[in-house]
Amino acid sequence: MTSIQDDDRDVAAFPGQRPPRASVGSHRIEEEIFGKAYDPKTVRRIWAFVRPYRLRIYLSVAAVLVFTATQLAIPLIIGRAIDSGMTQGGNSTNLLWAVAAFAVAVILNFGASFVQETEVGKVAEHVLFDMRRAMFAQLQRVSLSFMDKTEVGRLMSRLQGDVNSMQEFLETSVISVGDMVLLVGIVVVLLTLDFRLGLLTLSTMPILFVVRIFWLPPAKRAFWAAHETNSITAGAMAEGINGVRTVQNLDRQKVNFDLFDDKAYANLRTQLTGSRYAQVMVPIVDSLTGIAMAIVVVVGGSLVLNGSLEIGVIVAFLFYIQRFFDPIRSLTMQYSIMQRAMTSGRRITEVLDIPTSITDKPDAISLTRDMDGSVEFRNVNFAYDPDRPVLRNVSFKVQPGETVALVGPTGSGKTSAMALVHRFYEVQSGAVLVGGHDVRDVTQESLGEQVAMVLQEAFLFTGSVFDNIRYNKTSATREDVIAAATAVGAHEFISRLPQGYDTILEQRGSNLSVGQRQLLSFARALVADAKILVLDEATANIDSYTERQIQKALLILLKGRTGMVIAHRLATIRGADRIIVLQNGELIETGNHDQLMAQGGLYAKLYNMNYASFDDIPDELVAQVNARAAST
Amino acid sequence: MTPHTAGRDRSRGDAGAHLAAAHAGKGQTALVRIAIFSLRHPWQASAAILATIIASVLQLLIPRLLGHAVDQAQGILAVGAPGAEQALFWSAMTLLTVSVARGVFTLIQNYFSESVGHHVGYELRLAFYDKVQKLSYSYHDKIHTGDLITVGLLDLDGVRMFFATGLIRVVLLSVLIGVGAYMLLTTDLLLGLLALSFVPFVAWRSSVAQLTLRATWIVLQQKLSGLTRVMEENLGGIRVVRAFSGQKFELDKFDAASREALALSHDRVDIRVRNTSAMTLSFFAAMGLVLWFGGLKVIAGEMSVGTLASFLTFMTILQMPVRQLGLMVNSFARASICGDRLFAFFDEPLAIDDAPGATDLVVTEGTLRFEDVHFTYPGATHATLDGVSFEARAGQTIGIVGAPGAGKSTLAHLIPRFYDIDSGRITIDGQDVSKVTLQSLRRAVAVVQQDSFLFTTTIENNIAYGDPWSKETKIEKAAESAQLHNYIMGLPAGYDTVVGERGISLSGGQRQRLSIARSLVLKPAVMVFDDSTAAIDAGTEHRIRSAIRRYAKDRVTLVISHRLSSLLHADTILFLENGKIVEQGTHEALLAKGGRYRALYDLQTRPAEDIDIGSAAQ
Repeated sequence: MTSIQDDDRDVAAFPGQRPPRASVGSHRIEEEIFGKAYDPKTVRRIWAFVRPYRLRIYLSVAAVLVFTATQLAIPLIIGRAIDSGMTQGGNSTNLLWAVAAFAVAVILNFGASFVQETEVGKVAEHVLFDMRRAMFAQLQRVSLSFMDKTEVGRLMSRLQGDVNSMQEFLETSVISVGDMVLLVGIVVVLLTLDFRLGLLTLSTMPILFVVRIFWLPPAKRAFWAAHETNSITAGAMAEGINGVRTVQNLDRQKVNFDLFDDKAYANLRTQLTGSRYAQVMVPIVDSLTGIAMAIVVVVGGSLVLNGSLEIGVIVAFLFYIQRFFDPIRSLTMQYSIMQRAMTSGRRITEVLDIPTSITDKPDAISLTRDMDGSVEFRNVNFAYDPDRPVLRNVSFKVQPGETVALVGPTGSGKTSAMALVHRFYEVQSGAVLVGGHDVRDVTQESLGEQVAMVLQEAFLFTGSVFDNIRYNKTSATREDVIAAATAVGAHEFISRLPQGYDTILEQRGSNLSVGQRQLLSFARALVADAKILVLDEATANIDSYTERQIQKALLILLKGRTGMVIAHRLATIRGADRIIVLQNGELIETGNHDQLMAQGGLYAKLYNMNYASFDDIPDELVAQVNARAAST
Repeated sequence: MTPHTAGRDRSRGDAGAHLAAAHAGKGQTALVRIAIFSLRHPWQASAAILATIIASVLQLLIPRLLGHAVDQAQGILAVGAPGAEQALFWSAMTLLTVSVARGVFTLIQNYFSESVGHHVGYELRLAFYDKVQKLSYSYHDKIHTGDLITVGLLDLDGVRMFFATGLIRVVLLSVLIGVGAYMLLTTDLLLGLLALSFVPFVAWRSSVAQLTLRATWIVLQQKLSGLTRVMEENLGGIRVVRAFSGQKFELDKFDAASREALALSHDRVDIRVRNTSAMTLSFFAAMGLVLWFGGLKVIAGEMSVGTLASFLTFMTILQMPVRQLGLMVNSFARASICGDRLFAFFDEPLAIDDAPGATDLVVTEGTLRFEDVHFTYPGATHATLDGVSFEARAGQTIGIVGAPGAGKSTLAHLIPRFYDIDSGRITIDGQDVSKVTLQSLRRAVAVVQQDSFLFTTTIENNIAYGDPWSKETKIEKAAESAQLHNYIMGLPAGYDTVVGERGISLSGGQRQRLSIARSLVLKPAVMVFDDSTAAIDAGTEHRIRSAIRRYAKDRVTLVISHRLSSLLHADTILFLENGKIVEQGTHEALLAKGGRYRALYDLQTRPAEDIDIGSAAQ
């Protein structure tokens, strides 16, 4: 007997080193931060969302202009007040006028900033929600084949992150109009007040521009790196929390801690670098402000000495200098915001442009309850990928009220056949008819009302048990819901939940067992009360007691309906009116249990192997049966 | 970033030390504990505080100097004094020097206060991560993962930023307002009072606004996460939505959630705008008063134009920090709430830890014994295990069956001490599992769980999760035994295929096989299959069993399963009911006995009371 000491878990062999096959967290870098800042096509698409609010946008731009004008006027007024008689023994009437002008400017400033901030803020929120809704609505229409191959997480980041950066862009862009005007305004005012002094003072401005141009790219990289390492660390932390049981089970704590430390440390370093980049601008701007003020004092002072400048102008200059550099700072930042917005805008339009391959015909009819409830496949050929056919020339008809079991090994096309009844996908050729109508000729909504579907894995929504059973059949009363739950045998366990039918199901019903979730999805289908029921029997290994319950519920569910069941359990299969055996996308046998047994084909052979379910039969055995069948 | 960073220039982040530091000041209020934690970086913190004081004083000098310069210029105009230009030049130079110095000290202030925050954040994160990994299953059972993530991300951020956004601002504002007020009031009492009149109003409005905004922000976050949930569930359950033609219904749900969030966002805009506008207005009103009364004083000859200009400049300088007073108040409120939650987490006692003087488990024979084990979940009213005793020797396979809730999984979780038992003993080769080190115990015991977590990384790394040093051949062998190798080889990138949340998704059965492979890599002395083949078809399961039987002779194997065919070959089968072993024996013996096991067997092998589905339709 060996002890665990000498197994080849050679932790000690690499002291202080990272194990070769370990990592924590994962991160996908999606953001392109150095893209184009202006892309006319994207801008046009974004404008379409802003257009409904254009009057409010015009209003805010006007308000921004007024606001900027008052900002420009206030130092001027103060300067005038000083020069027009603010000397010992001067004229207080002039002072009164100046103060009155100041008051007017202040009130205008107040009103304009109020209008501008309110309007811009609200419009940006509106546009954000509109964009998100447009994307969400589009995703309700796109074909399932698109959804099949797209990660939910990726879509969510578009519905949230991208939309948020658009909002940021909208909020700041109106303000940057103001910044631009302010910049021009300051230049004009300073040059008008005194051309020479203005020119000298303004000479510090280009210096800041040049500095910013050199500073911006590395600073942006540094900020981006800080942001990225931060989300990497956050992701690793979230993974550590979500997977904590497995981590403890496999004793990975030490290794994970070191790996996490690496990420957290990298984040610390990049954050500090980011801080350095951000803070280095402070003394530069302060120095430039100092230089500008010194120029005004020295040059302005000597001009006063010459008698060619009034003292109030100097005061006005000093006021302007203090807000001189703000617009330059925010305008250079706006450039990065625009780059980000263009990238986001492009990604948003990508979602909006996903083709909706399955749409209602303009003259599509509405399928009503009085249709007969039959389902027919006519020479159906179907494939997800044209090179790999899934269904080949399949034809069969399910009579109204009949229950048909679809049987066949994994990959035989059962699930695809079921999806076609609901027109989740389009057939390549042939036709699927429901109630005698080609599914392509009826509206998808009415088709959905007449064909209920129970999927193999029960999906529950956050919300009460009641809401989950009723789902979109809002006309169903509480009595209807309870009746359905009782019929499928779910009432008992629901009543035992803390708030009965009003119990909120957390995290998609993780507080229920697999079997209970299945029963709820049965109840949901029963409430929907469709004429046709398509059901994919669950394969999960449910305990025998619950399974019994589910079998009974199935019986209730199929009562009085046309049923198409992808059957896994022998009990279900044997009980069906008719069995359709599919193999490699072809219909190879059909008939009831006794007929198929007498026929002695694939079904009979599989059945005779005495497995509780066809899915339990190992692939090799199926292959053997087939080989034998082929040779005879 | 390579995983190997050999020869790094820093000492490793030490888990224990940071966690210990996080415990410091236990019993104090959260704010005090944050301050204590921040002072673990005394040099940076003092530099930040000192620089803040100097920078604020320098900033207050600027209006003075400007006023002085204006007076000088006016003086020149009045008397044309000789050497005036020289004096102006020196004023300008002083102004420039003070500006540059102020910039430099502000840089030091900001950089070091942020640096303290980043260091604190780094250390708190390590301590947090460490603690998460150390807390036992019973803690993780009772807490929502989402809540824990919120503590680790948002609450930790609130605490981390407190030094820079809270403490440093207190220093900054005290100096600016205190010294500023002193300078203004001593120069001219009336004008000083007028110039400062906006301060209390703005301070009050900005605090109220920030606290209201924060309160609505929290509600808004809830609404937004509701909206997120609607979208996520819709996309995740898109097949159900389509199956019930629920698109319109879903859009209505979305609109309802969206409308609420939008209305709240608008409220926030209103609160913000109303307050900022009021603050700006009060500031300008005060300035207008200063201009009027100051102007009158100048006319009356009681004040110089320069002094008036310096008053106005003072006000401009004070405006921003006073408006930020609300941010400071907010930072205190946030740090206090976040700190309470974060420190409560750090103070959580470790329910399961190495016993004092614990030694490593030494496996010799490989015998597992349960001796009258009792266990009740915290808060539960009845015992889950009620006096369980059995023995299993290396090479044996023990099957465990029973109805849901009989205590089967619990039994599995007690062996590696995911929970501690209430009474009785569990031993491996005579050593009580509660008296050996956790690390050695968990390496000896592998539990293959029903739903094992898939990490977002390659399949290879996932299989090697418990032993990231293991060699490729070992990983492949484990995958082969778990009947996963062929599937992996069929993937475009083979073993390098990334799986998990951000990679390709595996079916339930594939996940379970991967989890089996994970445990096989470890070669444990006790291996427990906790219903871990439920989603694997019987044929594959059979092949897995025969593949691993070759290695099973050195270890104890426990198999928990609903599927009785999985247990046919067990040496002993235990039938659990309400936490007690009610039947025990081999498959044949139990069948012959005709008890509960027999009943279950009959239920499974003859599922046909022949439910006739077809006839129901008629």
